[in-house]
Amino acid sequence: MDTFGLLAQGLLTALEPMNMLYALIGVTLGTAVGVLPGIGPALTVALLLPVTYKLDPAGSLIMFAGIYYGGMYGGSTTSILLNTPGESASIVTALEGNKMARAGRGGPALATAAIGSFVAGLIATIGLAFIAPTVVKMALSFGPAEYFALMILAFMTVSAAFGDSTLRGLTALFIGLALGLIGIDLQTGQARLAFGIPDLLDGVEVTTLAVALFAVGEAMSVAASKGGDSTIQAIKGSVWMTREDWSRSWKPWLRGTAIGFPIGAMPAGGAEIGTFLSYSVEKNLAKKPEEFGHGAIEGVAGPEAANNASAAGTLVPLLTLGLPTTATAAIMLAGFQQFGLQPGPLLFATNPQLVWGLIASLLVANLMLLVLNLPLIGVWVRLLTIPLPWLYAGILLFATLGTIGANPSTFELGMLLAFGLLGYGLRRFGYPIAPVVVGLILGPMAEQQLRRALAISQGDPSILLGSPIAVILLLLAATAVLLPLYLRARGRGKVLAQLGANED
Amino acid sequence: MKQFVLASIIAGALALPAAAADYKIMAPAAPGGGWDQTARSMQTALQDEKISGSVQVNNVPGAGGTIGLAQFVNQASGDPAQLIVGGYVMVGAILTNASPVTLDQVTPIARLTGEYEALVVPAASDIKDMAGLVAKLKADPGAVSWGGGSAGGTDHITAGLIAKAAGVDPTKVNYIAYSGGGEALAAILGGQVTVGISGYGEFAEQIKAGTLRIIGISSDAKVEGIDAPTFKEGGVDVSIQNWRMVAAAPGISAEQKAAVLADVEKMVTSASWTKILADKGWANTYLAGDDFAAQLKKDTESTAAILKDIGLVK
Repeated sequence: MDTFGLLAQGLLTALEPMNMLYALIGVTLGTAVGVLPGIGPALTVALLLPVTYKLDPAGSLIMFAGIYYGGMYGGSTTSILLNTPGESASIVTALEGNKMARAGRGGPALATAAIGSFVAGLIATIGLAFIAPTVVKMALSFGPAEYFALMILAFMTVSAAFGDSTLRGLTALFIGLALGLIGIDLQTGQARLAFGIPDLLDGVEVTTLAVALFAVGEAMSVAASKGGDSTIQAIKGSVWMTREDWSRSWKPWLRGTAIGFPIGAMPAGGAEIGTFLSYSVEKNLAKKPEEFGHGAIEGVAGPEAANNASAAGTLVPLLTLGLPTTATAAIMLAGFQQFGLQPGPLLFATNPQLVWGLIASLLVANLMLLVLNLPLIGVWVRLLTIPLPWLYAGILLFATLGTIGANPSTFELGMLLAFGLLGYGLRRFGYPIAPVVVGLILGPMAEQQLRRALAISQGDPSILLGSPIAVILLLLAATAVLLPLYLRARGRGKVLAQLGANED
Repeated sequence: MKQFVLASIIAGALALPAAAADYKIMAPAAPGGGWDQTARSMQTALQDEKISGSVQVNNVPGAGGTIGLAQFVNQASGDPAQLIVGGYVMVGAILTNASPVTLDQVTPIARLTGEYEALVVPAASDIKDMAGLVAKLKADPGAVSWGGGSAGGTDHITAGLIAKAAGVDPTKVNYIAYSGGGEALAAILGGQVTVGISGYGEFAEQIKAGTLRIIGISSDAKVEGIDAPTFKEGGVDVSIQNWRMVAAAPGISAEQKAAVLADVEKMVTSASWTKILADKGWANTYLAGDDFAAQLKKDTESTAAILKDIGLVK
């Protein structure tokens, strides 16, 4: 049967009432856990595995996929409204999204995130159905040298999120890089900067740091500012997207999808890198770059599309090769095995009905997410009408619960508070927050890839320039650094200074 | 305050297994991994077979299980109702992390399941068998890169043992650690590393599809259903099993230990357990009581020796 026939048959499987119900349960649960910081889709799927043991394979896998998509989407709601990223892939969304929400434009921000997620999910799922084998071939050609070049590109471009002072931006980045060194080194198994504390052996959890810096730090700084100057305007203008919002959103949606999907398919890509790259692409292409840092809708639309597209991208290696590339995918793999199915190169041939049923139900789940979330936007934005002291007390409670829920340890809670203080300090002295988290995410990845590359080449650095892909990525990175310098030299420095305004 | 209600519900659900239990099993890893699945399978089997009225599982992730182990030794001492799941990876982690708590401090009950290590190369590789690999290693050990799981884990130890048995300096092994099976598999398929070493299950589907070639398996004798020579048949005297076990708390009496042993034996011989093992593709390598304790001691000693040889432990 050809791909279309198989997909049509898959849609029939997905549209069976019970499977629709599983998809609905999945996206609802997924949105809920995505909203809660710390508790992500991986943990939820893991906890549900024994429950689904007695269900039929198609139904429960459809539910897991729904949770995955829902989780990717749910994280954006708290990022935008409360400046509290529910998970690491939503961190970039908080930069512009929360600025919009504070200016009364929370509705359009949520809408562009929801519709962008839908569009990206739709295109990426269709991509999963039709070009999975090609994408996989490309993803496998990425070795340590190519990944390292990709990380360098990510480092160079995220400087877009650094704010107006390069020195302060770099300082914040290096705090993150230092935190990223904590824990057992993967290549040698030796503990670094753990000071004999067993809780530090596994390093600093990205969500703990992000929640602490964004949410706890902000609560402290609001409390410290005598409650005076922090103005939040709940709703200004329409809750819905205006014509201008639409016209400014659709291109970022498509570009975010194009960036997120292939990076999600890469075994060591991850959802975050796609969102970083998308953000900086949007910032560079925007007609009004001066709005970036003050609530530019492109900065929400692009990264949100990128993170959902990367969720679909993750399923490419999982279904075609049996390669789990994220924690959630690894647990979904365990789910497949529980039913005696082995995802691998033969899965498409041995179980076409199940695979196409899953792909089709992703399309259904995606539509369900949109239907479920658009009407709720009006309710969500009303959160901001809650008086400030209550709102921040609620945020604190909810950040703490999420952290404890993910890892019930007093030490983790202590870290949340300590990093919260750090977040307050950074805000107080005008340092940007995002680079710290970026450093923690990218630092260890870049380090591991560089060391792997050099180990494989036995210390010969020329391996880093050994492939066309690596060279192209490094050239792009160089352009990202040199172009602004050139523009500045030509006297357009003012625009650039505005362009890089403080993001929190 | 929707999230608040939601948060409470989820936090509540996570804390749910706080009701009274006949057994409390600690999985010293995050939900979803091998140890967690072992603990939850035990939970299912013990309850379904009515060996125990209620069983609760709790996860304490981190650092190769040593964080959970330390907590278990401190909090469960003398309590015959508490069990911990662990495995061979813990043996190496205790040594490399210089963990203050070791497996000597728990009461070993039984080895439950095990998996053998498979050595693979991409289909296009010019290495055809173990002899071919050994020849390459002898020519230039650094030129052979090994892709596998984290440093000091079973995969790394096996690589070191193979080199040593082949007469190559194990400190020269060019081992590239990946954080998980998926990432390592991608590197092997993409031809980024020379050989791949990991549990057979990680590679099984790729071997079947012909994209990877298996050149050896770490068992003592040929394994049914796996068409590969053992390392020994390939001329390298190494056999290793990545096992998972269950242990009881320190300081329990001989009678209490016997009661736990009896319950575990009943579970292992039950129909539910047999079905779980078949579904998950786990091999039954049940070994109980003193025999297991002796095996554990032997494994600990040989692991300490090879980790010193590789240079991970001083």
